[in-house]
Amino acid sequence: MANHDIHLSVRKGTVHALVGENGAGKSTLMKILYGMQKPDEGTIAVDGEKVSFASPADAISRGIGMVHQHFMLADQLTVLENIALGSEQLHGIGTGARRKIAELSDRYGLGVRPDAYVEDLGVADRQRVEILKVLYRGATTLILDEPTAVLVPQEVDALFDNLRELKSEGLSVIFISHKLGEVLSVADDITVIRRGTTVGTAVPSETTPRQLAELMVGSELPTPETAESTVTDRPMIEVEGLRLLADGESGRALLDDISFTIHEGEVLGLAGVEGNGQTELIDALIGLKHADSGVIRMSGENITDWATRRRREGGVGYIPEDRHRHGLLLDAPLWENRILGHVTEKPNSRGGGFWLDTKGAQADTRRIVEEYDVRTPGIDVTAASLSGGNQQKLIVGREMSHQPRFLIAAHPTRGVDVGAQAQIWDQIREARREGLAVLLISADLDELIGLSDTLRVIYRGRLVADADPATVTPEELGSAMTGAASGHLEHVEDAENDDAAADPENTDAAAADAADAVDVRKEAAPEDEAR
Amino acid sequence: MKKFDKERVLLAVAGPVIALIAAVALTSVVLLASGKSPIEPYSLMFEQAGFSDVQVLIINQAGMYYLAALAVAIGFRMNLFNIGVDGQYRLAAMVTAVVGAHVSLPSGLQIPLLILVAMLTGAFWAGIAGILKTTRGVSEVVATIMLNAIATSVIGYLTLTENFGVPVGNNQTTGIMHKSGWFPGIAMGDSGEIYGFVIIAALAGVLYWLVLNRTRFGFDLRATGASQSAAAASGVNAKRMVLTAMLISGAVAGLAGMPILLGDVHTYSLSFPTGLGFTGITIALLGRNNPVGIAFAALLIAFLDKASPALDYAQPVAYDKEIAVIMQGLIVIAVVVSYEAVRRWGLRRQQQRVGEELAAAARAARDDNGNPGNPGNNDSVKEVAAR
Repeated sequence: MANHDIHLSVRKGTVHALVGENGAGKSTLMKILYGMQKPDEGTIAVDGEKVSFASPADAISRGIGMVHQHFMLADQLTVLENIALGSEQLHGIGTGARRKIAELSDRYGLGVRPDAYVEDLGVADRQRVEILKVLYRGATTLILDEPTAVLVPQEVDALFDNLRELKSEGLSVIFISHKLGEVLSVADDITVIRRGTTVGTAVPSETTPRQLAELMVGSELPTPETAESTVTDRPMIEVEGLRLLADGESGRALLDDISFTIHEGEVLGLAGVEGNGQTELIDALIGLKHADSGVIRMSGENITDWATRRRREGGVGYIPEDRHRHGLLLDAPLWENRILGHVTEKPNSRGGGFWLDTKGAQADTRRIVEEYDVRTPGIDVTAASLSGGNQQKLIVGREMSHQPRFLIAAHPTRGVDVGAQAQIWDQIREARREGLAVLLISADLDELIGLSDTLRVIYRGRLVADADPATVTPEELGSAMTGAASGHLEHVEDAENDDAAADPENTDAAAADAADAVDVRKEAAPEDEAR
Repeated sequence: MKKFDKERVLLAVAGPVIALIAAVALTSVVLLASGKSPIEPYSLMFEQAGFSDVQVLIINQAGMYYLAALAVAIGFRMNLFNIGVDGQYRLAAMVTAVVGAHVSLPSGLQIPLLILVAMLTGAFWAGIAGILKTTRGVSEVVATIMLNAIATSVIGYLTLTENFGVPVGNNQTTGIMHKSGWFPGIAMGDSGEIYGFVIIAALAGVLYWLVLNRTRFGFDLRATGASQSAAAASGVNAKRMVLTAMLISGAVAGLAGMPILLGDVHTYSLSFPTGLGFTGITIALLGRNNPVGIAFAALLIAFLDKASPALDYAQPVAYDKEIAVIMQGLIVIAVVVSYEAVRRWGLRRQQQRVGEELAAAARAARDDNGNPGNPGNNDSVKEVAAR
């Protein structure tokens, strides 16, 4: 059972936020609202009229439209073609469609260019196309599934302006997120879901992110641990002049002149909009792709030519960005997934790595399930039957169980609930104290700033900027991530008040962001002193 | 946990059973459409299976099918479609027959030598496809199909009289192998002789299970089959794995013709059985790549093969023995459909159960804490209703 006892009412002309940990049942609820799944009991009413949706088409005809987290656009087609595709009967595919698109775009301030090819558009523009697509089909209630996950802070602000425009025109928006600051800044009403049921509502003006988070988790949050700096002067990973070219004739450099050093006990945070070379850098470090030039050293030893297995045996831990593709065998039981990546190491094998030690692996899987609070009825269920957050906890537990010396952590807490997030951070901090070097890649700028000792920004395959996590703000990082700033990001003003000052129109958002920033700073500041 | 285990067994059995029922039902439809009894052929075939000489034939045939199917299954476990088992085993049998006719060592050396030759030849032929795939990205499906055709021509050329061929009457053979290379059989009196090589086939099944499920190599191979990207990230060298799997698959394929070659005919001739490799694909599918499942599947298909000829001579109405072929074809289709359906159903069901058990555990925990805000009883009533 994914949902039970859900009560949700959305007022016309408002933004209604739906928050909850991952696996709380937000997506299931949305699928029901959008007609992708049928409820076992209960009713849905639109404008006071009871409805039942057998398919998304039914939902659309009732004015409910969905903007998916992963865009569903054809790259090779123009914006106009993408929007008209599947709804040709509405306004045709020519002048009529163009007129309608222009009208919608103007009315809601979306600024969509109908003749641009989707492949030439950035993420934010694509999202606007998706929104327009839904409006074009006559939606009066829009469901946005984690729309900000792929955006940098500036783009988030622009999106929120669009949402305000929509609601002032009388449309309703259901906004799913677990970024609490954002939710507080844009929503008129908030409904919190926990373990498949609605546990409460909140009024944004009277709620702090912390209260909201506690409502989500159902208990008081642990205060972020104040950790001292553990950075040593012993380099663990040194990368020099790393260069990686794209396959094929173009030979474009996917990574160019990447150099950095991570010391024992240091977390290096890498900020960047997705698709700017992070994946390639991870592949080069784990050994899935071999650099065209440049050197990678681990503890002074040149590992550039080492194969993946040798690197992993040598103490490279890996929390992949796409756990389904790179971290798990979905159809295999948990204990086999515990073996994955460490098949030659104890407790998974014996006899010099020839025989599997299934008993040992199973016992150790039980330990991981216990210690890392993986919620599962047993270790024989398939990985696919766990929720995303529990899959991630299993992966983190597995990687940390082999005493890595260097950990590649790509989005280590993506899709993980607030409680587990804190736990994963603690584990990384603890290992760092024991000399672990971490490369942290994350789209969550607060996580990056809170956890890192050093920050770098990657843009188009190059490290273009660096910053001190103790002083930098998410906005400053964001501008470097879009290529607007480079070099050393010097913070200009007092951090706490900066956000509010920078954006007077948007005081709600800024206040919430500032609140977030305060939280982060609490943990960052003592490190700073220790340095 | 017991519940999950029972369910897994149920799921594993459900696929083949549903497929077989569907195939039998569809075959009956075909029989009805041709105006014949939809049931009698089955009873005739079962009657055949009661005779001990037919049983020996079935076991001997199943032994060869088993090896061919294992070869296919090794590929399947790593997402490789080795359609070339057919060419690999025929070429291997031919080369082995030639070696067996020209080399004469004592039995203790001759038989291992012949087995080795068969495995190396099969591995060599499959390895060509493996190398093409790893170096040039050629699909193993295409390469092995082509290699089947080439194997036929190569065999045709090598068995010419000016090469290794020895004409016997109308037949073209490779000459009789030296007696030291004959694999002793198990005499069953009047019913005939069970090939001794059937035991080797069974051992191969045990080895297959052991290597796949209990060794590092087997884990890497299965991981690659389950998710190439995850396996690569875990440190498996995908290219080397493709080549190794192809070589092993080919080596096992090379053994598929050995039961009859070493146990009965002792020469490679025009009448040497063909098509084992293709039947092996059916059997591997039906047996779900599981060594025990494959054994049952091999017996079933061998039964259809060996019990069906009697249909032609049935009194008072004769049936076409091709009914068995139709049934084999229908089994393949039904198997593919029912396995996928059962797999999806099982996955969904497991996800549901995990959710339920976790919810139950959470509820129990809440009740223990005596959370006053949310009485547990109330909740469970609702949940029962929701179900």
